[in-house]
Amino acid sequence: MVTINIDGKSVEVLEETTILKAAEQAGVWIPTMCHSEHLEPYGVCRLCSVEVVRGKRSRIVTACNFPVRGGMTIHTNSKKVQWLRQVIMELMLSRWPRVRVVKEMAERLAVKEPRFPSLERDEAEDACILCGMCVNMCNDVVKAGVLGFAHSGIKREVVLPFDERSDSCIVCGACAHVCPTGHIKVILEDYRGKKPEFTLGPKTPIYVPTLQAVPRVPVIDAESCIHFETGGCEICAKVCEPNAIDYSMQDEIVEIEVGQVLVSTGFDLFDASAMAQYGYGRLDNVYSSLEFESILNSTGPTGGKIVMKSGKEPKAVGIIHCIGSRDTNHHAYCSRVCCMYALKFAHLVRDRTDAAIYQFYIDMRAFGKGYEEFYNRLLDEGVTMIRGKAAEVVEGCWQGNGEPSLKIRCEDTLIGKFREVPVDMVVLCNAIEPRRDSDAVRRLFSISKSPDGFFLERHPKLDPTSTATEGVFIAGCAQGPKDIPDTVAQAGSAAARILSVIAKGEVEIEPVRAMVQEEYCSGCKICNNLCPYIAIEFLEEKKVSHVNEALCKGCGTCVAACPSSAMTGHGFTDAQILAELDGLMI
Amino acid sequence: MAFEPKIIGFLCNWCSYTGADLAGVSRIKSAPNVRIIRTMCSGRVDPAFILKAFQLGADGVIVMGCHLGDCHYQEGNYKTIRRLPFLRRLVKGFGIDPRRLRLEWVSASEGDKFALLVNEMTEEIRSLGPLKLSVHHEIQQPVAHH
Amino acid sequence: MAKPKLGLYWAASCGGCEIAVLDIHEKILDVAAAFDIVFWPVALDFKYSDVRAMEDKSIDLCLFNGSIRNSENAEIAHMMRAKSKVLVAFGSCALEGGIPGLANLTTKDAIWNYVYKESPSTVTKNGGTYPQTHSMMPEGSIDIPEMWETVKSLDQVVDVDYYVPGCPPQPEQIWGVIEYILSGKPLPAKGAVLGATDKTCCDECLRERKEKKLKKFFRPFEIQTDPNECLLDQGIVCMGPATRSGCGALCTKANVPCRGCYGPPPNVTDQGAKMVSALSSIIDAQDPQEIESILDQIVDPMGTFYRFSLAHSILRRVEKS
Ligand code: SF4
Ligand code: SF4
Ligand code: SF4
Ligand code: SF4
Ligand code: FES
Ligand code: FES
Repeated sequence: MVTINIDGKSVEVLEETTILKAAEQAGVWIPTMCHSEHLEPYGVCRLCSVEVVRGKRSRIVTACNFPVRGGMTIHTNSKKVQWLRQVIMELMLSRWPRVRVVKEMAERLAVKEPRFPSLERDEAEDACILCGMCVNMCNDVVKAGVLGFAHSGIKREVVLPFDERSDSCIVCGACAHVCPTGHIKVILEDYRGKKPEFTLGPKTPIYVPTLQAVPRVPVIDAESCIHFETGGCEICAKVCEPNAIDYSMQDEIVEIEVGQVLVSTGFDLFDASAMAQYGYGRLDNVYSSLEFESILNSTGPTGGKIVMKSGKEPKAVGIIHCIGSRDTNHHAYCSRVCCMYALKFAHLVRDRTDAAIYQFYIDMRAFGKGYEEFYNRLLDEGVTMIRGKAAEVVEGCWQGNGEPSLKIRCEDTLIGKFREVPVDMVVLCNAIEPRRDSDAVRRLFSISKSPDGFFLERHPKLDPTSTATEGVFIAGCAQGPKDIPDTVAQAGSAAARILSVIAKGEVEIEPVRAMVQEEYCSGCKICNNLCPYIAIEFLEEKKVSHVNEALCKGCGTCVAACPSSAMTGHGFTDAQILAELDGLMI
Repeated sequence: MAFEPKIIGFLCNWCSYTGADLAGVSRIKSAPNVRIIRTMCSGRVDPAFILKAFQLGADGVIVMGCHLGDCHYQEGNYKTIRRLPFLRRLVKGFGIDPRRLRLEWVSASEGDKFALLVNEMTEEIRSLGPLKLSVHHEIQQPVAHH
Repeated sequence: MAKPKLGLYWAASCGGCEIAVLDIHEKILDVAAAFDIVFWPVALDFKYSDVRAMEDKSIDLCLFNGSIRNSENAEIAHMMRAKSKVLVAFGSCALEGGIPGLANLTTKDAIWNYVYKESPSTVTKNGGTYPQTHSMMPEGSIDIPEMWETVKSLDQVVDVDYYVPGCPPQPEQIWGVIEYILSGKPLPAKGAVLGATDKTCCDECLRERKEKKLKKFFRPFEIQTDPNECLLDQGIVCMGPATRSGCGALCTKANVPCRGCYGPPPNVTDQGAKMVSALSSIIDAQDPQEIESILDQIVDPMGTFYRFSLAHSILRRVEKS
């Protein structure tokens, strides 16, 4: 630690601290233009110039990169410094008279008209002030090494190699982030295949998965994090005080042995672009229910504001039910949750905007506790209910002012008329469908699916959470569309089933098992390779095969295979099956 | 009396039998000619059962199991896809039209497919006519020696 | 006490079983001493009428070999059944049809057509002559037995008490059976198989076997087999696993696969179907085409899997098309 004196204040700072940091600690402001705490000091703008007095000698140094020495006396506002700043600011102002950061700094330093004429008057609001932060960011922090300076003097400029798009650019956006004038822009066209305004996923490489995440700590997406691309950046590690960032962590495959499994793998949302008539993916302001949900979310892309792409509030919103549900071309079943969330949407739109709301429905299915009441409340709130499935969504315009709009065409079956309803925004209630990987999951657990593609329960009424495979349970939309209360109930029941087995400490198995009648087994070893559960062992001393009854599941494959019929299957013996056959042939 | 084919169906418990059940629950109409024997897996179907069915007067036999990869016991039906073609060679060897022996995959959700196959098989056997075997006239059934 | 009476008969068979009886060597003298042989057409000059004249159940033991192929075989089978207290189906032909049973793969017409007309060694006049069951001669009429369409096992024609399998039964097994009967111990339950065990040929086979997985089948002449390794493991179709033991796995000791002559083991009704089931279980292929091409490597599946047991199998014979 050393003691120094800044503008008459004495401060104790670490040796080798820059004057700028020391001043900060002393609560003294020094203007800067090319400094960023994430970058090594570059010292190019010279605005941070201060006067250092040591004994009789005084010198001008740049505060951002000059280290303190014990006993130093620093003047940040001496006549000499003021004069220097005035000149620097005037020079900057004469060159970049319209750049906001320059104007603001000049104002702060009380610099008015520059006395110098400019050879090159750059009038743009977001011109490059050559602070070099982007270049240093790209080279030192990101380590992508794309940006650089070319020429010198008045011709100096930031350039891409050969003035072309560079393959080395990883499009991290750090240069734009650090650019004080906004001269560098990253134009987001597409974010991992999704329209940028509706990415439900993370918006930065380091993020907290959801506000409800347990544990609620940030994770790094190695795919988009600069560090994993170039080995650079590490800004998060620098700013993290408890030093919790560990870039060396690896994905780990953890094998856990379990006796029972609850499969609740959820659902996929029906892709409404398969129904071209609704314009999803083609027309602006046509949203899927999940996208609209994220618009409504206060942490969503619009901060919870219901606005169109143009940023304006919609005058009318149409909510179309049963997109892909109750439709023999797609899914014959009812997705069960759409009517109610459509009402919720309507309620929130009513709450947050003055828009007219239209619901296009086939039937209202408000079947749950308190649901019908909610429906009635919505009717009172003045939501227009149109019974009839919307036929298509087309582009149109508002009568009167001719502003562009969308138009929903439908048959209103209650009045028996064809209608065209102008709206600004359309929300589609997409069907819930089985996850695209559900077949793979199904095979993994040897469970079946019902005709709709959802996992099949053992019995629709008496055993809705177990499956044909002992120890495998299902809950939630993986088993079929259902709302949250139903899912919670089903999952709770499944958990109870699982616990009851654990509590009992032993499992009952079906008596259908294979058994070797040793007196007939010749040890031919035909069966030993057949069992998928490796239940058949060969007893070397007896030279016969033996079935481990705890492992055997009773498929009977080995029974059919045993050439001496020494293997027999309880419950399905040859004699039993042949007797059945005999009986059937009468 | 018109010829009504007698067909024996060996159905695995997890997929095909459930599929047949679904056909029933869904009230899908199908020919009553297939008489079903349930086995835990199509892999349990011993070729001797099929020959025995023919011996006892079946005009056709259809074995149904889970789709490949879907077997409740993982690979039981892979044994079946070898046993049935192999047995079909013997069936042909015995002078029986191989169309009288079919292997099909019916999942628990394919009640409609089950009904379709039953109807298809029934019509096919109807057009092939009754299976006449000399063994039908023999007095004794072959017995296992003890 | 009078010596027990013994009868032996040879129906449709090669005669090997009779030789096998003589193969008990000097013990045949013990047999001659112990029994009063009342009927043995191949060795002693008895007439059918001699037996017909005897009282029912007056023969204590009858060893009947050969399958039932014609009316004469059947007639004698009925006669011996009536005259014998204990009727034994002796050898594989009597037990399960045996090699003559392979005639069930074709028809009587086809056989006659070949033998009396088309075989290259047949000299035909006027398009060939078929033997007639009934012909008139100047001396009077001659009747010969009628050949049946289908070859049968003995138990498909008459009630059988015991079975002795083998093509032919092994001499030591034959002696074992005779010795047992002579010992006066209580007879085993009716229908028992004597001179064999309840396991399969593999049990007696000395070859080292592994857990099986087969990608290719070979015919015995196609490869040089390892004398100590299970033939099936080497890709040779060995009927051992589906064949009753008793022979001592004779063939496999001579480097030939078991052909299945001892018939199916106790709980198996159809040796061929069972073998097919077992083999298809260990074929290492999941692709239908590959499976077919592997199956193609088994030439003559009917003859391979039903070499001895066709007439006694579930379907017994091939349908005439
Ligand atoms: S297949 Fe049958 S005889 Fe062969 S080892 Fe297995 S149980 Fe024993
Ligand atoms: S019945 Fe199936 S599960 Fe049981 S031992 Fe045999 S092959 Fe294995
Ligand atoms: S060689 Fe034949 S009899 Fe011997 S162990 Fe192998 S399969 Fe069995
Ligand atoms: S090994 Fe087989 S074919 Fe050979 S004698 Fe024995 S049972 Fe007969
Ligand atoms: S801030 Fe120190 S020179 Fe720019
Ligand atoms: S369980 Fe259906 S084929 Fe195996």
